[in-house]
Amino acid sequence: MKKYEKDTLDPSRRRFFGAAAGLTASLVTSGVVLHAASAESESDSEGGLDPRKDPVTDEVRWGLLVDTAKCADGCTACVEACDRENGLDLQVKPEGESQSKWDMQKAVWIRKVRLKDNQTGRITNLPLMCQHCEHPPCVDVCPTGASFKRADGIVMVDRHICIGCRYCMMACPYKARSFIHETMHDQLTRVPRGKGCVESCNLCVNRRDYGVASTACADACAAEGHNAIVFGDLKDPDSPISLALKELSSRQIREDLALNTGVRYSGI
Amino acid sequence: MATAAVRAGLVAVGLAWALGAQVVLAGDTRSFVTEGSKAHGLSQCVRPTDFMLRHHMDLIKHQRDLAVHEGIRDTDNDLDGCVACHVSVGADGQAIPINAEKQFCDTCHEFAAVHLNCFDCHATVPNGGPVSEQALKAHRMSGASEQPAGEGQP
Repeated sequence: MKKYEKDTLDPSRRRFFGAAAGLTASLVTSGVVLHAASAESESDSEGGLDPRKDPVTDEVRWGLLVDTAKCADGCTACVEACDRENGLDLQVKPEGESQSKWDMQKAVWIRKVRLKDNQTGRITNLPLMCQHCEHPPCVDVCPTGASFKRADGIVMVDRHICIGCRYCMMACPYKARSFIHETMHDQLTRVPRGKGCVESCNLCVNRRDYGVASTACADACAAEGHNAIVFGDLKDPDSPISLALKELSSRQIREDLALNTGVRYSGI
Repeated sequence: MATAAVRAGLVAVGLAWALGAQVVLAGDTRSFVTEGSKAHGLSQCVRPTDFMLRHHMDLIKHQRDLAVHEGIRDTDNDLDGCVACHVSVGADGQAIPINAEKQFCDTCHEFAAVHLNCFDCHATVPNGGPVSEQALKAHRMSGASEQPAGEGQP
């Protein structure tokens, strides 16, 4: 076997590698510098908080207050507004399915509940939706992490990782979740929806992310003149919902479960 | 020294060739963009065409997690943006579903035999915008909140 001698090495080889390394380094460095400069200018142009750009924080907690004294018997304005906003009215009854089964099965985000005290006969109406618990049972039981609580307190489903096991539907004490049983068509851009996933009220999350101040149900209720639903930030002491909570006596449904719900009811 | 100069020259030629090849590739892929879409009139996508061809799914997947979990909507990489820009309009003035036969998504995915399930849930044509204009109008009319409503449409 031939042995290489030190002085038989071609020094031009070494120079070539040196030049190549230098050239590569200069190219990469200029790229990195340019990239850093562009990133800097991007952050410079940002002025103040933009809900579309900034990640959600736990400095806010979104919630609803429902004044059942103002919630009118027979009025379904909030339910209809929710259906339009979130494309629930685009669901189509499969051919051959009975109406009663479809009514039980189609996705619903708000249920209008009518309570009657059998002793006194007093009737109470209230809209019941996802209660956006601080300690949500649906999140506890989800095997894939699809059911989750956002930093701002909104409990929602990441449909990308939902496997449709419906364990969360069993766990929810409020019967707030729905399952999509059928193939969907003509979905709205803002509310993707497909067969095999669970979903529920997400406090109009697209409105939150685009910085709109209210939810569809609260708007519809106000437009009807009832003003029974107040939406706002539970952590801001000066928000309309916090001020109203200070005034009114309010309760959480199933307080005994200690879930600390984000949706509160007064007059029940 | 002469050999070193020749080799440096070769390196330079090689680099120029690599860059040139990318430009040629980008030119070739223009044909995948359907006529009558907004994208057809643009020189490149949110990144160079060569990058988009191989990595568009990574951009979309990254953005999907940011949007769902952190509420970050203002990026170039959202699927809504892809659909809005690449959807083409038929003779009847209606947008053609982006995953329909011979449309933008289908052209490559058919060839590559990669089934995509984005549109099991997502809208295949721009439908209603990120925040419904009707809802915004109702919101302003209702006076449900004293806080000014932010810009709905980006």
